[in-house]
Amino acid sequence: MNKRKQYIFLITLTISLNSNLAIFAEDKISMEKEDHCISCHIEDEVLPENFKDYDIHNQSGLGCSGCHGGDAAKEDMDEAMSEKSGFIGIPNKHQIPGICGKCHSDIEFMRQYQPRIATDQVEQYYTSFHGKKLLEGDKKVADCTNCHTSHAIISAKDPRSTVYALNVPQTCTQCHGDADYMKSYNIPTNQYTEYVKSIHGISLLEEQDTGSPACNDCHGNHGATPPGIISISHVCGLCHANNMQYFSTSVMGKVFEEQELHACEECHGYHQIEKTTYEMIGVGENSVCIDCHSEGDTGYLVADSISRLIMTAVTLHDSALIRQTEVIRKGMDDVEIGFLLGDAKQNLIQARTIVHTFDPDKVGEKTEASSSNSKAAISLADKEVEDYYVRRRGFGIATIFITIVVVALFVKIRDLEKKRLAEQSAQQQS
Amino acid sequence: MQRRNFVNFILGGGLVGWLGTILYPVISYLNPPKITEANVSMVKAGPAADHPNNSGRIIKFGRKPVLLLKTENGEFRAFNATCTHLDCIVQYRKDTKQIWCACHNGIYDLQGRTVSGPPPRPLEEYLVNIVNDEIIISENRGDS
Amino acid sequence: MIINTTSKKLFTWLDNRFNLSPLLEFMRNKQVPVHRHSVWYYMGGVTLFLFCVQVFSGILLLFYYKPGIDSSFESIRFIMTKVQFGWLIRSIHSWSANFMVFFIFIHMFSTFFTRAYKKPRELTWISGFILLSLALGFGFSGYLLPWNELAFFATKVGTDIVGAIPLIGDAIKIVLRGGEEVTGGTLLRFYAFHVALLPALFTVFLGLHLLFIQRQGMHEPEFIEQLPKDKKKVIPFFPDFFLRDAFLWLIVLNILLFLAVFFPWEIGNKADAFAPAPEGIKPEWYFMFMFQTLKLLPGQILFIEGEIVGILFFTFAAIIWLLVPFWEIRKKPGKKIQPMTVLGIISVLFILIMTIIGYIA
Repeated sequence: MNKRKQYIFLITLTISLNSNLAIFAEDKISMEKEDHCISCHIEDEVLPENFKDYDIHNQSGLGCSGCHGGDAAKEDMDEAMSEKSGFIGIPNKHQIPGICGKCHSDIEFMRQYQPRIATDQVEQYYTSFHGKKLLEGDKKVADCTNCHTSHAIISAKDPRSTVYALNVPQTCTQCHGDADYMKSYNIPTNQYTEYVKSIHGISLLEEQDTGSPACNDCHGNHGATPPGIISISHVCGLCHANNMQYFSTSVMGKVFEEQELHACEECHGYHQIEKTTYEMIGVGENSVCIDCHSEGDTGYLVADSISRLIMTAVTLHDSALIRQTEVIRKGMDDVEIGFLLGDAKQNLIQARTIVHTFDPDKVGEKTEASSSNSKAAISLADKEVEDYYVRRRGFGIATIFITIVVVALFVKIRDLEKKRLAEQSAQQQS
Repeated sequence: MQRRNFVNFILGGGLVGWLGTILYPVISYLNPPKITEANVSMVKAGPAADHPNNSGRIIKFGRKPVLLLKTENGEFRAFNATCTHLDCIVQYRKDTKQIWCACHNGIYDLQGRTVSGPPPRPLEEYLVNIVNDEIIISENRGDS
Repeated sequence: MIINTTSKKLFTWLDNRFNLSPLLEFMRNKQVPVHRHSVWYYMGGVTLFLFCVQVFSGILLLFYYKPGIDSSFESIRFIMTKVQFGWLIRSIHSWSANFMVFFIFIHMFSTFFTRAYKKPRELTWISGFILLSLALGFGFSGYLLPWNELAFFATKVGTDIVGAIPLIGDAIKIVLRGGEEVTGGTLLRFYAFHVALLPALFTVFLGLHLLFIQRQGMHEPEFIEQLPKDKKKVIPFFPDFFLRDAFLWLIVLNILLFLAVFFPWEIGNKADAFAPAPEGIKPEWYFMFMFQTLKLLPGQILFIEGEIVGILFFTFAAIIWLLVPFWEIRKKPGKKIQPMTVLGIISVLFILIMTIIGYIA
């Protein structure tokens, strides 16, 4: 090649080697080959305090400049973090949903990374209480980074995530449990303390059953709003399908709707939903029925009769259980008894669900089935215990025979001895 | 002599009685109980004709409950009927043609895999064979 | 009457073909000495009776027991709960096993203290010692068969100790276990030992043991031997001694029945190879004294591991004990307490004390 061409070639090479494929215009996203932001900050040890290696943006190659702007290609700090290069530093709170939404509301972009990912988060967020308040200028409500963190973002399915099922209650209560922080909003701050005592809380946090609802399962994720009056039973009904169905078609369901009562929540509470007990049904002092019903009205009578039906079945089941323990203790066979008790328990569980029809006849069908299972178990147990005593009687009989033989033997031995002695003395005499 | 005969008589009679108390248990013991085997590895579930298409039934398999279902197409399947979430007994639903747990709305497909809801693991599958029109359910040892 | 004539006819028929009369004469003339120690003569008979109970109940159990890690435990549970009188047969088998070992020890020590092992009865003693070892083998192998937690860990610990024998221990352990660990293979192997190998060997040695006794008659302690013939008190074996034997056996049977009904043997929990050993694993009582001794030994004695010293000690002791007839210290006239008696008492006390400590600790 002649010299001129050589020069053009070299210059072109240099320019292309040095030019960055990254473009920092606000409406495009940078994916850096060499991210000087992060390498400098790591070297100088000035990373944000919540920075984590596993952060999904960090892992996917979305550098600092992707959210903060600036020129990641520039080694010089002033050039990299200049206004000219689009550097915005730490965003203002109201900017955050927009910054996140730049990518996360763009399905054409996001589907390169996760084909099925939702891209309505920001849209939902602005319908929520948090979103609305943010638009009004409130600086205390949650934005994306309050729940997802800014530099430790990871999939909600990963246990390290702040929004992993087991971690959600803790994340929400950071604000909602702080009475001082929440003072101006006039809402309770005891949700977490109530929730951990509830059956859902115990199930999720202690038994680590991720099938149990955390805050977001009932309140929603980005469109977080407490469920409204009609929707409470629908929300509960997502898991407790039968209860919802029975309740909504029952007499009570209609009445509750008319009186704008809060369906499931009226009797079961919402954050501190405790394990249901038999005391809740009926007319006892701890029952929920007498909150509205008083002696003499139809509801009162229905509550009473349902409660009696259930308690009969429960008492029978309990005594069957006691009989089973006795059988086991005596070392007798309890397999069939166990089966019957299992059936009785199933029927009882179904009866408890059918309570939500508030129809004594329907409840009675199940309690009847349960009772007959328990009765069958009890009679089997009785048979086993009887067998246990039969064995002892059998032993007694065997002992009697043995004793007869032993005594007869003893007598015979004595007789023989006497005979021998008599023979010997007769011999001696002769 | 009288006494001697008497003692012999008692002895003889006692011995016969004693032999009886030995032989009676032994013979009863040798008489097999109704369930002839200790471990249940196989259970008969009645004639195949008893089951209409698109239906399900709970059968006892030793100590475990098993859901025997017949799909729309007439294929038999059997699964351990204990829900893998909190041990309720699952059921077959004709309307959705899925296996459903009423306790917390857990849903399994007809391969026993969780479709939705809290169940963390699939249902254990059992083998179903039809021999002379009789349904025989056996444990899936994985040899097949 | 009818029974008498029929049995006479039957006997004559057989006698004409097999010449049973000399045998009958021998049995008629068999005599048993009577003296202040003759009560110990019954101990061997009781042991034999218990062995028969074991064979009988064991054969019955064979009808329903299914060896295998998936079926051993379940079949035992089946026998205890579903089979008619299964609970009785199984509990009798377990109780009688313990009783048999107990009476073997009593029988052995009573023959030891009366010096019945002396010439001409050396082989009776040796065959007896072999029978003791086989009985302990029965106990050890049978204990695993229910495949419950206790059995599994006791076998593990027991075979571990065998494995500690220098040089050959590891090889023996692997053959016993059917592999490196206690597995289903061990179970099947122990089953084979328990229902086939050991019964065959036991029958052979028992046959010899009884043959020797029949040939030589009962041993008389020295102070009886020295008496002139007419001063010795004897009773005929048939029917006198035999009736007394039967008397005792029936009482023992009744005790076994009582224990089976009021203290049935437990089924326990199924063995789980991956579960940690439950606290306080103990061997059966007849191994306890050895187990406890090993536990008490320090980790190192001179340059040898403590456990190995213990094992060698017991092996050595067993060999000495086996060969007692050949090295026994003769009776010293004049001494009130003889050296052999002292040795015997020390052995008994050692076993008793170690067993008791094993249970209290």
